[in-house]
Amino acid sequence: MSKRTPGPGTGTISTRAPGRRTTSGMSRGQNILRGVVLTIGAVAFLFPFYYMIVGSLQKSPDTSISGAFPNPANLTLENYADINSRVNLMQTLLNSGIFTGGVIVGTLVFGVLVGYALAQLQWRGRGITFALVLLVQVVPFQLLMIPLYVMIARDYGLADNYLGMILPFAINSTAVIIFRQYFLQVPRELFDAARIDGAGEVVLLWRIALPLVRPALLTVVLLTFIGPWNEFLWPFLVTKQASMQPLAVALANYISTVAASAANPFGAVLAGACVLAGPAVILFILFQRHFVSTDIGSGVKG
Amino acid sequence: MTVTESRTSSAGSPIRAPGGRATRRRPWLGRNPIGLLLSAPYLVFVIAVFAYPLVFAVYMAFHDYFFAAPGAQVDRPFVGLDNFQEVLSDPAVIRSFGNVGIFLLINVPLTVVLSLVLATALNKAVRGRTFLRVAYYVPYVTASVAVVGVWLFLFSGGGLVNQILGPLAPDPSWLISPTWAMPTIALFVTWKQLGFYILLYLAALQSVSTELYEAASTDGAGAIRKFFSVTIPGVRPATVLVLLLSTVTGANLFTEPYLLTGGGGPNGASTSPVLLMYQKGIEQGNPDTASAIGIILVIGVLIIAFIQRKIAGGDES
Repeated sequence: MSKRTPGPGTGTISTRAPGRRTTSGMSRGQNILRGVVLTIGAVAFLFPFYYMIVGSLQKSPDTSISGAFPNPANLTLENYADINSRVNLMQTLLNSGIFTGGVIVGTLVFGVLVGYALAQLQWRGRGITFALVLLVQVVPFQLLMIPLYVMIARDYGLADNYLGMILPFAINSTAVIIFRQYFLQVPRELFDAARIDGAGEVVLLWRIALPLVRPALLTVVLLTFIGPWNEFLWPFLVTKQASMQPLAVALANYISTVAASAANPFGAVLAGACVLAGPAVILFILFQRHFVSTDIGSGVKG
Repeated sequence: MTVTESRTSSAGSPIRAPGGRATRRRPWLGRNPIGLLLSAPYLVFVIAVFAYPLVFAVYMAFHDYFFAAPGAQVDRPFVGLDNFQEVLSDPAVIRSFGNVGIFLLINVPLTVVLSLVLATALNKAVRGRTFLRVAYYVPYVTASVAVVGVWLFLFSGGGLVNQILGPLAPDPSWLISPTWAMPTIALFVTWKQLGFYILLYLAALQSVSTELYEAASTDGAGAIRKFFSVTIPGVRPATVLVLLLSTVTGANLFTEPYLLTGGGGPNGASTSPVLLMYQKGIEQGNPDTASAIGIILVIGVLIIAFIQRKIAGGDES
């Protein structure tokens, strides 16, 4: 903490160090090398997604090299109908949405409260609480999976229940650390000044602290969204009824059991994969655009 | 010392002595005791979904625990280290720990190197930043289950990867080969998670002082030299975090072997400890031995994390 650079302070939240744009010192060769590295990376990351879409539209799976390019004679939307007849897409998407929404609400509420308390307030037990936040991250969920399964599915009877899915994820220590990090960058004098003006702690948090860390809210929503949306293990354990399963679980069950009996198993699996990936990717791109526009704005001004 | 001395001697002081001391000291709950109140819901949750299950897991591992009908009173005797003995003499368990060791040896170094290199390149890129950022993060934001579908397609026997490799393709193919199954899974997870670690490094790079780069340039350091002498030391706290997180994520491996290699195949070559915990604990109804595996796994992760911290150096925060 003490090693942080003196200059940026709150600026590192949304603006970037102005020095980053001074690329004049770079030689042409280095720029080309960087471009090559970045392009290879982008291809490696994006190609499987392109292939996912192409594969989901193929009438019969074509694994040859020419199959990587869309062939008008081999295109169909039947795979989407096929996966929808095996997995109720609307219902499973709704289940994924409820699970994800519940987790996000819990994460934001608990995360903001603890993050603020850890960063800006002096209270007994703060050090222990912060140590606990870090410690909780080291405890793998998988060690807790058996006892949590016994407690939630067997003792409390919350199997095939949204609450049972949400509860173990309702607190997120990564979110706490992100919020703490953002709140730390807000100068404490700001809060002291507001306290002198007679503002209560709740008002302080709601009216001053929260608006200042709005970028953190977006980051945390984005990072939290993909957790439960992608989560497979826990909902897989606690949902046995197909009508309660999130899409990830339903699709995984389809991959591991039914796929062999479908006319075009890869096509149907990839169609399901596109439906599962779609909301996360689209939401992410929307959020990303927002982040980037603030970056550009501050870049022009700075 | 002198304060107490003077207090006892000057008994006629108008100020109440204990009160006088208390004003000099901070209040017992700290200056802002409301912090404790704000943290209370979180702490309650930590107890309910972390601390209690953790204790419960240890309890199960040392008892002959089995599932019983709700409300039924059953005897679950203390069995000492029997569960651990049973687990450690099971070759399948030993193999799964070996598998996760192979996984970590491939995944962790690859993750640290690739994410730092890509983050550094991305940090200085002028054109196409937005597109590249999105491209790198897309695998991370996508469900494992979804991308597993594509990898199954890509790495199947007659899949695109083997078509491109032609005669170089391994036989049996990647995911059904005892040699290649685990490295393929490690590669998959590295690819899948890299965007997140690039994000971490990008954030860390913003706090590396530009004066250091300027000073290095003045001293005649080239880009490579600056990368090793300024960037790497500058992002060391992030590296410690990346090492820790990728190790913990790797030890938790479940979805990928469950789906990519059809439950840890071929013949246990890609079984992970967590997959065994699921099979033993929930499918076969032995939560006690499953908990024992979990405890051994966590102790292993803690030891690895400790060694990494010693090597990479602690973050001085």
